[in-house]
Amino acid sequence: MERTEAQMIAAVLKGDAASFEPLVAKYSPRVFATARRYARRESEVEDIAQEVWLKAFEKLGSFRGEAPFEHWLMRLAVRICYDFLRGHQRNREMTFSELSDSESDWLERQVTQSEPNSENADAARQLVARVLEQLSPAARLVITLLEIEERPVKEIAKLTGWSVPLVKVRAFRARAEMRKVLSRITKEKYV
Amino acid sequence: MKLDQLQQKLIAAARANPPSDRVPFAFEKRIMARLPARLVPDEWGLWASALWRGAASCVAITLLFSAWTFMAPNIAAPTSDLSQDFENTLLAAVDQDQPADSAW
Repeated sequence: MERTEAQMIAAVLKGDAASFEPLVAKYSPRVFATARRYARRESEVEDIAQEVWLKAFEKLGSFRGEAPFEHWLMRLAVRICYDFLRGHQRNREMTFSELSDSESDWLERQVTQSEPNSENADAARQLVARVLEQLSPAARLVITLLEIEERPVKEIAKLTGWSVPLVKVRAFRARAEMRKVLSRITKEKYV
Repeated sequence: MKLDQLQQKLIAAARANPPSDRVPFAFEKRIMARLPARLVPDEWGLWASALWRGAASCVAITLLFSAWTFMAPNIAAPTSDLSQDFENTLLAAVDQDQPADSAW
């Protein structure tokens, strides 16, 4: 008979660590997808995912079962990703000349054409990652959750542990920060 | 082109290309191999949390009784003399043994 998540969690808390494995197998895809939003190198992604699961195991006693396990786990994952961003903050400024050919081509097409262009998705993804890397950890987190993943402000507040007004303030600042980065990148070429 | 538009296009590109959810082979096995090393119950932590819970309940009960003592109406007749009260209490058993009409 299939055990429910609550039964598996109760078994882990009683000392049956093996019951943790089905939870790891079930939710790892979500954890990895979240980690890949914030880390580029696969070794960093794996480190984040591993940290999420080890922390989840350690703190499982604090899971009260009021919300689904997945929500509790994603809160943990987002906070670990934020810690990762703060620990790997890069202060290096990127310029247009540092972009690869495909990235600068994509950027040029977007600037010159008014219609949205979906060509060369890989270059677009790389460019977005480069731009996001220039943002502060809080700005990157809020842009990712609010703009890219399109989550509501209340949900972001729960995920991050920030208050709703703080999320709004940080979102405002993050958009301004992103425009500043874009302006710096494009300045050399177009101004 | 305005920066706002470029920003929107970049965000749209990011939305259109969600990251992969691929999990490395046998990742769960690797996690499980690392768990036993971490499975050390924190006995001091358990004791501390149990003591804190006990202390919190004691404080709550003390406060409740204090409030009840101050707020409850005083049913007993007011007496001004502590020595008289003490004597009444001490002789309460003797008073009960004597019939009411033989008191005087």
